[in-house]
Amino acid sequence: MSFRIVISTGSRVPIYKQITDQVRQAVVTGRLAVGDQLPSVRALAEDLVVNPNTIAHAYADLARDGLIESRAGRGVFITRKRKVFTPEEAWRRLEPLIDAAVGEAMALNFTHQELKDAFEKKLGRWKQVKGGDPNHE
Amino acid sequence: MNEQPVIFTRGLTRYFGGKPAVEGLNLEVPRGSVFAFLGRNGSGKTTTIRLLLGLVQPTRGEGAILGYNIRHLPTEARARIGYLTEEHQLYGWMSVKECGDFQSRFYPRWNEKIFRGVVGHFHLSMTSRVKDLSRGERAGLSLGLTLAPEPELLMMDDPTQGLDPVACRSLVESMIYLTRRSDRTIFFSSHQLADVERVADYIAILDRSVLRVCCPLETFRQSVQQVKLRFPGPPPPLPEIPGLLQAFRSEGELRLTCVHYHGATEQALRALAPVEMEMVPISLEDAFISYLGERGEKSFILSETEAQP
Repeated sequence: MSFRIVISTGSRVPIYKQITDQVRQAVVTGRLAVGDQLPSVRALAEDLVVNPNTIAHAYADLARDGLIESRAGRGVFITRKRKVFTPEEAWRRLEPLIDAAVGEAMALNFTHQELKDAFEKKLGRWKQVKGGDPNHE
Repeated sequence: MNEQPVIFTRGLTRYFGGKPAVEGLNLEVPRGSVFAFLGRNGSGKTTTIRLLLGLVQPTRGEGAILGYNIRHLPTEARARIGYLTEEHQLYGWMSVKECGDFQSRFYPRWNEKIFRGVVGHFHLSMTSRVKDLSRGERAGLSLGLTLAPEPELLMMDDPTQGLDPVACRSLVESMIYLTRRSDRTIFFSSHQLADVERVADYIAILDRSVLRVCCPLETFRQSVQQVKLRFPGPPPPLPEIPGLLQAFRSEGELRLTCVHYHGATEQALRALAPVEMEMVPISLEDAFISYLGERGEKSFILSETEAQP
């Protein structure tokens, strides 16, 4: 499994949220599949050099949202793929990404149509790989 | 499980020559926490630690550590507390092993495995002489000597000060390792907010002898927030805003850092009629600096009259 959590200090995003964001992202993109195991709270705390309570906080949030499940004596596993983000949260995350992409593209002098085409092409490729929108299978 | 806080003070005060070093301190450190004690230089952190350890007597106020009155701290209490300072007494002619042997005689509960483990974590050889050790290696030896008696409470006064990044990381790793025992409490002062963000679950902030914050780290982060207000033209002058820490003014934009952002703050901001109002998350360091830095409004744009020669 290639998935590895990386955190940075000094960020605007608290460490527990960096962890939940990365797990959600990995589930959405398929890098983490149902049944994959995550490190224990203690192991991840020592790997990332972070207070175990911070990891426990992140895991509790993920468990509350039904993304992971802790099986006694066996470890922490990815469970069913539910809707990972609420619709509001999803929109809030999408907007800055589009802003950045469009802004950069304008600066690079792409036309309206070129940009539309490039976007369509990407979406087409995504469809081939994943067989459609991952959130609405 | 003992619910009594490991450290507890009420109105703890110490004056030096008519000047307060610590004033009216109400501190509560929960058992099992990793507690970061923050504040600018000279804010009273070291005096507080020395008061708690009974090395300085309070001018007034009360305090207890592990349930013992800090005014009369018995020897058995001291044996349960590990104290790590920069000026740890080490004899230059001793080897690392001799330091351990020497120190172990003072403690009935000496765990040689822990001593060797910590010293090994800092890549020290047992036969090295203290006088030949680098600063980081000395810190590792001091830490080993402090941790081997398995103290219930570890007090560290700016433990990473002057250490290189690798030694710093080893020290922080040791702190994480210590949390394996959930009844161990770590109380440390620091200026390294990156380390604090990693290891601390509680913070206290001392500002010019007075305690301003004492809560879980996450609570502090949530209570200091930044709001960005956009205006079609120059932003209006700021009226009294409840909880305002800092304001930055730029072309068509006001960026305000507020503490305890609540209904009254929001109402006051909405009354300015911005075209857009957005909450912006803020880093721990920025939150800390806006909390302790200069209050009020700052502007990076010279007004037209100022700009003219």
